[in-house]
Parts: sequence; C-alpha cells; structure tokens
Amino acid sequence: MSSVTGASFTDETPGPEGEPPLRGDRASTGRLGDRLFGGMTRLAGGVVLAIVVLVGVFLVVRAIPALRANHADFFTSTEWSTSPLKFGIVQLLWTTVATSVIALVIAVPFSIAIALFLGFYAPRWLAQPAAAIIDLLAAVPSIVYGLWGAYIVAPQFAHVQSWIQDAFGWIPLFGRVPGISGGTTIFFVGVVLAIMILPIITALSREVFAQTPMTQREGAIALGATKWEMLRTTVLPFGRPGVISASMLGLGRALGETIAVMLILSTLPQGANWSWSLFNGGSTFASNIAANAPESISDTRQMGAYIAAGLVLFILTFVVNAIARIIIERRKAFSE
Amino acid sequence: MTAEAAPPGPGIPAKYSDAHSGDDTSPGGGLGGIDHGKSRARALKNSIATVLIWGAFFIALIPLVWILWTVLSKGLQPVLHVNWWEKDQSGAGAPAFDHNLRGARHAIVGTLLMGLATAVIAVPIAVLTAIYLVEYGSSPFARIVSFMVDIMSGIPSIVAALFVYAVWVTTFHWTLLPIASSLALTMLMIPVVTRSTEEMLKLVPNELREASYALGVPKWKTILRIVLPSCLSGVITGGLLGLARVMGETAPLLLLASYTQYLNQNLFHGSMAALPTMINDQALNINVHIAEQRVWGAACTLILLVLGINLLGRLIGHFTKVKR
Amino acid sequence: MKNSRIAAASIAAAAAFGLAACGSASNDSSGNSASSNSSSSSAAGASAGSSASSGSSAGGSATCFSGSLKSSGSTAQQNAINQAIAAYTQQCKGAKTSYTGSGSGQGITDFIGKQTDWAGSDSALDPAKGEPDKAKASCGSQAIDLPMVVGPIAVIYNLKGVGKLILTPQLTAKIFSGKITEWNNAEIAKANPGVKLPSQKISVFFRSEASGTSDNFSNFLNQTDKTDWPDQHSKQWTGKVGQGKKGSAGVGQAVSSTPGAIGYDEWSYAITNKLNMAEMDSGSGPVALTAESAGQAIAAAKVVGTGKDVSLAINYNTKAKGAYPIVLATYEIACLKYSNPTTAKNVKAFLTYLASDGFQGTLTQVGSAPLPKSIQQKVQESIAAIS
Repeated sequence: MSSVTGASFTDETPGPEGEPPLRGDRASTGRLGDRLFGGMTRLAGGVVLAIVVLVGVFLVVRAIPALRANHADFFTSTEWSTSPLKFGIVQLLWTTVATSVIALVIAVPFSIAIALFLGFYAPRWLAQPAAAIIDLLAAVPSIVYGLWGAYIVAPQFAHVQSWIQDAFGWIPLFGRVPGISGGTTIFFVGVVLAIMILPIITALSREVFAQTPMTQREGAIALGATKWEMLRTTVLPFGRPGVISASMLGLGRALGETIAVMLILSTLPQGANWSWSLFNGGSTFASNIAANAPESISDTRQMGAYIAAGLVLFILTFVVNAIARIIIERRKAFSE
Repeated sequence: MTAEAAPPGPGIPAKYSDAHSGDDTSPGGGLGGIDHGKSRARALKNSIATVLIWGAFFIALIPLVWILWTVLSKGLQPVLHVNWWEKDQSGAGAPAFDHNLRGARHAIVGTLLMGLATAVIAVPIAVLTAIYLVEYGSSPFARIVSFMVDIMSGIPSIVAALFVYAVWVTTFHWTLLPIASSLALTMLMIPVVTRSTEEMLKLVPNELREASYALGVPKWKTILRIVLPSCLSGVITGGLLGLARVMGETAPLLLLASYTQYLNQNLFHGSMAALPTMINDQALNINVHIAEQRVWGAACTLILLVLGINLLGRLIGHFTKVKR
Repeated sequence: MKNSRIAAASIAAAAAFGLAACGSASNDSSGNSASSNSSSSSAAGASAGSSASSGSSAGGSATCFSGSLKSSGSTAQQNAINQAIAAYTQQCKGAKTSYTGSGSGQGITDFIGKQTDWAGSDSALDPAKGEPDKAKASCGSQAIDLPMVVGPIAVIYNLKGVGKLILTPQLTAKIFSGKITEWNNAEIAKANPGVKLPSQKISVFFRSEASGTSDNFSNFLNQTDKTDWPDQHSKQWTGKVGQGKKGSAGVGQAVSSTPGAIGYDEWSYAITNKLNMAEMDSGSGPVALTAESAGQAIAAAKVVGTGKDVSLAINYNTKAKGAYPIVLATYEIACLKYSNPTTAKNVKAFLTYLASDGFQGTLTQVGSAPLPKSIQQKVQESIAAIS
C-alpha cells in the first residue's frame, strides 16, 4: 500500500487470484438521494477537472502577451531577461531536465535495490523499521534539503566533484566550467534531488514487487533458481512497468522542485557561454520563477515571461505524468 | 500495446513467458537446465547481488543519517526549550543583537492551522472524487477525471502558487490572507488524498455492497453507511499523509504568505507565519548563531510535526486495517 | 530503536495537536484585539508614558500606537526594521508591526495592491513604470518616498593574507565585468602598493535573484565607469562573469568559503559573516566603509523628490574626502493621506520612531548608517504631514 506518495497500483492491478479490478457497478437507482449523491460526487470530479483546466487556461492567457512582446525566440534563445523582454527557455530547459535526469539515473537503481532489500533480503525484524526509515527521507521538507545541501554538503561535495573532473574532464559532460566553484552545480543538485525522490520510487516499487504472484516466485525457486535469479526472472519483469511509472512520478517531482534548487544551485551570469558540462550552474524553471517572479509581480508583461516558463514546466510534467499513465494503462491492458 | 504472446494465466503478465523464451543472456545458463559446472558462477552472482542490494540500503542511509544529524545536532536544543512551544518571535530584533531565542509557536500554530484549513477544503473534494471514480466511474468523463487527478499530482507547487496569486490578487484585487496559501496547498493535497481513498474504497469487498443492495438499500446510503465506514480509517490515514505532504511545502508560501513574528490564529485576517517561512526568514542571517538555531530548530520542529502526523496516519491505518 | 523513535514522534504529534486545540480555543480573543485598534487608542498614551523610563536603553522614546501594522519589501533594510520593531515593541507593548523581507519589487506591489500599510524599498517609486500614479490611485493621495535607512554596500573578498585591499571604481567595474581575472593583475597591484597579491583566479559572486542591492551596485558601476560597465542599472545582475547565489546570506557564505572570491553584499551581512571589505578610492584617497564615510556620501546626495516626497539622487561619483560612495538609501513608501485614520496614526507613529534620533543613533550597530541631519529633518517634516 503506498503511503508517502498517494499514488498506487492496487487500483489498476488484478487481485492475487486474478479477479478483475473494481469498476463502477451501475447499481444506482433513479431515487432522489441517489441522484443527489451521485451528482455531488460527479461535481467533485468536475471541480478537479475545472481546477486543472483553469490552471492551464490561466497560464496560456497570461503568457501570450509576454510571448508576443518577446524579442528573442522563446524556444531557442538561452537568454533570460525581462527588461527588455528577451527570454528563451533553452538554458532553463537544459538545467531542469539535466538535474532531473541525473536524479533519476541515481535514484532508480538505488530504489530498485532498496525495494528488493525491503521485500526479499531484509530479515523480518528489520524490514518494517527499514521501510519506515526510508520513508523518513520523505518527511524532510525540501527547504531543509536546500539548506543542508547548500551550507553543509556542497563544500564537501566540491572535493568529490574536482576528483570526477580530474578523472573524466575530457568528456564534455564532466568538463570544467570556469567561474563555478564550491560544488553547487547541476550535478550536485541532481544528487540532492535523487535523495528527495528516492522514497517515492522505493515505496511504489516495493509495492509492485510485493504483488508478484507467489506461484511464479515459487516456481522459479522450484526450478533451482538462486534468489537473485528468482528476482531477475520473476519479480523484476513483473514489476518493470510499475518501476517505470514510479520513476516517472519521481521525475515529475524532480522537475517541479523549487526551493531546494534555488538555495543550492549557482546561477549563471547573463550571456554566459553555453556549456554541456554538468558541473555548470544554471536555473531551473521552478527556481527561476521563485527567485525572480516576486520582483516582477507588478508588471504584467514581465510576469508573463515567468508564467510562460511556468507553462512550459506544466506541460513538461504533464507529458511525464501522461507517459506514466500510459505505461500503467498498457500494463493493465495486458494483465487482464 | 505490442503483440505479446497470450499470457499463461490471469494476473500473470506476458513478461513471465518472455523470461523463459530464450532471451536469457546470463552466463549462468537458463533456469531450465541446471548446469553444475556453472553453478559456482551463479552462486557468485547471487552473492554479488546480495552484497549490492544490502550495500544500496546502507548507502541510502548515509544522507539520511547526515541530514538527521545536522537537523538534530543544530535544532534539537531549541526544540527542547519550553519557550519554543509557548512563545512567538515578537520582540525579536536584528539577529546580531538579539540573544534571546524566543519561540516558534506562531509558526507551529500557523503551519497546523493552514494545514487544517487545507484538509478541510481538500478532503471532501478528494473523497467525493474518489467515490465517483470507484463507485460511479465507468464513463468517459470518469476516465478524464482520473487523468486530471494525475495531472494535478504533477502541478509544480510554484505553478499552483502563481495561479492562486493571479486569481486572488491580480484578478480580484483581494488582500492576501492566510487562507490563500491553504488554497494553493489544496491543489497539491487533492490528488494525494483522492488516490489513497480510491485505493481504500477498492479494498472494500464487493459482497458488502451486494448484500446491502439485496436488502433494498439505495446506492448512496450503501456508500455512506456501509462502504465508507468500513474503510474510514484508511481514508483518514490518506488524509493525514496528504496533510504531512503539504505542511512541508515552502514554495507556495514564499509567494502567498508573508511572514510575521506574531502569533495569529485567524485564517481570515492579517498574515500568518508558518514553519517554512520562518526558516526562510531566519536563513537570511544563518551565519549568526541565534538565527542558525532558529532555522534548524524550526526545521527540526517541522520534521517532527510531519513525522508525527505521518505516524498517526500509519497507526490508524495499521490498527484498523480493512482485511481483503 | 524503533520503539523509542515512535514514542518520541508520537509525543511530538500529541503536543502538536494539543497546541492546535489551545490555539482554536483562544482564537476569538486574538481576532478581536487585532481589529480593535481604534478602541484601545487611549491605552496608547498610557504606555507611552511608561516608556519614558526605558526609553534611553531601547533607543529613544516613541509615541505608541496599539494594533497591528503590516509591511513588506527590501531585505536590505530588514535587519534595521526588525531592530526598530523590537525596540519599539519594547516601549509599546500593544503595537504589532510586522515586516516581511520579500524584496523591494514585491514590497511596492503589495503596497499598491493594498496588501500592506507601507512598503520598504531600495529604490523610490519609479515613474518609468508608472508606480507613482498606481500608488496614488491606491492611496487616494500622493504616495511619498521617505529615505530611512542608509545601507552601504560592501565589496567583500576572500584573500588569504590580504587584510586590506584598496579598489577604485574602475578596478571594481573591471573585476565584476571580467576584464580583470587574476588577483595579481598589475592594475590591482598598482592600487595596493606593498601588498603581496596571490596569483589566483578571481571568483565573482553576485545575487542570483532580482534585488535592490544588485540594482544599486550596478548603478554605481555604470555611473562611475561607463566604459567598463556599459549596462544600465538593473535588479537582475547583468554582469557577464561569475556565479549567482541566493540572497545576501548566500553571497556572504559563498565568498567566505571560496578562496579568491569577491562579491557585494549589504554591510550588515558583511559584518555578520566577518568578511573582509575592500576600501574604495574614488580619487581622494582610500576610504574604508564606516557609518561616517557612508553618511558622507548620503549627505552629498540631492533630494529630487517634490512636495513631501524625499527621494534622493545619490552621486556615486562623489570626490568628497572620506565619503564611501557605494551606498543604498532604502525608503519607506507611505501614503500622504490614508483612508483609514487609525492606520494613518499608526503608520505615522512608527515612521516617526524610525526617523527619530533615538533610533537612527542605533543604526550603526545593525550595519546601517544613520541619515544625515539635513535629510533626516526633511523626512521628519514629511512624516508630520501624514494624515
């Protein structure tokens, strides 16, 4: 049962005996009470729909005037300046995606391993408290991660980073960037985000792994598989779609993270040279909005630029969530 | 949807058969024939996997221990002070000249009140939506709503805050009240509670509903009197977990809630402090010892609150579990 | 371990709910006291009387009000305003003033949107953005800019073994624009005879978010050296080198932890971070940043506001002996006439305290400089006209 996240797979998964997932049962009668109550629930659903649509519409409406007045190409410019209005999303998009992907690349293997640990390796007495301990990571608010990352870990991380740069500096992704010091880089933000999304992915993965039919697991063991072979041939394939969509949910969180990124990441000066290095600074959509929007709030045009950034972020998370949804749907389709 | 082989049985994915269909690249050999000559390699692999999996867990403990150590070593001392829970920050001057820690009651009360207001708005909407999706939902509209819940869970908190600000201030020219922050938080809480409630409703055995219908009880009464009560604890758990999630949110509060050093218990008047905004305010002077203590003290308090609520939710869920 | 953790957490949870319960029980009374500021004005006089005894220690006596005031804006003056609120509340127990350091831009927006009673800002209302008119519409009368706290901006650096560094405005512009990249540059050496400068890269730090400090500092660079700093002043840093850090605290922390770093920060944060501050040589000898040297620069500023408005034009090019040129005048922006007489009285009482000798005298302790007498007098006259 999922806890920290609220998202779940039980609703889409057949029960252990293979009974189909629940569906609306059409037992409603035409009675007044039924119509009222049914109407109320439908209304609540409508409220949810309305909120999402309103957010989307509002973002578009507010962004358009600024986009019209924009002197730079919104999709290809690396600049971000609101007076005069010259803004493009390339740098923001790169930083946002790079930090989130790093987070994912680090968090997913760990989450899978920890989920396997909790489900299949940890002794009985340890499994429950260990799960609670991992969930504890989810109880830490993001501003605390931000302060901890920026003031405590980053100076230490600088050493790790210069070691990586010494060893792999010839790869453009790990190249040195003049001017950015102190470990507060895209790469480090990715690491912190990985820690932040780890509990979500772990909790969901653990849940799907636990649903692997016992018959399969027992079958594998009966055929002489070692524990690892059993996991690799039954649990992991069974859980793969679940893990992928859990990762997508984690990715969604990482994309939208604001305050931790804002506190940790060094921003770049305007017109800085483009660099593919992960040891560069930058700002993400969310951190850029949070850092600069309050100063621009009185000016609709300038604010529109930030809202346009918010719109792109919204679409980005929308796409990521939609992919997660499609994967769940697909899985449901072929498990029926 | 790819053209997979027909699954061997209900509930067993096609992947299962894939695993045996010869794409096994491991040098240990397929599972079918146990090759004794290679069993040592397989055992070695197994041991490596065991070590890696245990290792992953302990590596994950490093940041956890580190962050908890940071928060506790710097923040536990103020939290253990009685004043911390009883006093607000009124009278606090510039940190360099203020050697009196004072309290965080204003922020604690603010966080709890805003959280409570958020729950009061979000939980009914979320529970009704969940009921709609589970008990009524088979129409295309229900699928759309279900998708929207997913989208909503992906709305970045800063976007939610921008939205509320634009509606509240830019469109209606209202004064920002503490309740505005709750509205933004509501948007973050609804999907969490909807999903967990849905899950709980699905755990209620269909036999209960059918028995109720057979007795001539109308559907709405069945839901309210039979289905909901039998999974109420789960719903409460979901609500508390959602609450725990939104209480730690900072980004919306930066835009919507102005910090104040005074205790304010009225959600519809003035400004109200919250623990995240208190951390943000004091972090400006984090190099000064007293402000540093307040920052980590507030962080510690926030984690304790979130944890406490989380735990309460789990306990309720644990002791009143619906058996499938 | 598990048990003890659960126990500790559940105690915390129980305590939390206990608090919430107490909170809601006393909800009504606090709501009343906050909204009943007019009825209790008679009590204000009484507490003003009692404040006379403690006045000297808390920084000047004040006319008290009772009720709540809400303000927001510049973080540059946050420490000073918090100090004022603390000292004021010590004398006037019923006065609840809150100041949120949300940045000048939001401060002005909040004020125009009637979210707050007055705004704190690093710059006066800007006619180019139509701010005076918007504020006028919102107030129903002229909105006035009152310089209140002089916040010098320190050029902070981190160089081992260099306790005293002298920079000229041109050198500063060259360093921050990336034309000088090494500490042992000949031009820096020329300005610092006898100082052994290390051969080290210069790491420039700036504020990552839009801020009034960046605005004023870039204005200084632009005014004093147009060739090396051609950009107009801007709240968003327009420099081409270095890295941005969140907030004054972020810049301070970054400079103190990075060898070879240079940055700019409000004086108060430079002090609390125990950072080295460069001396500025504008042509008449190096000047260290002190309350007097900053006050000198403000004294040389011209009042450009009309009527009761006291907005200043700072002359960054000042050659006055002993003047530290990089200063930032932070304003309080208030309505000349408030629609609510109680608010007017309250704002007036608090601003009067801010402009009083008693408070201005304590400003140096929080890393700000007091207003020069001539400007202070003008500000006091304007405050007296608030109604």
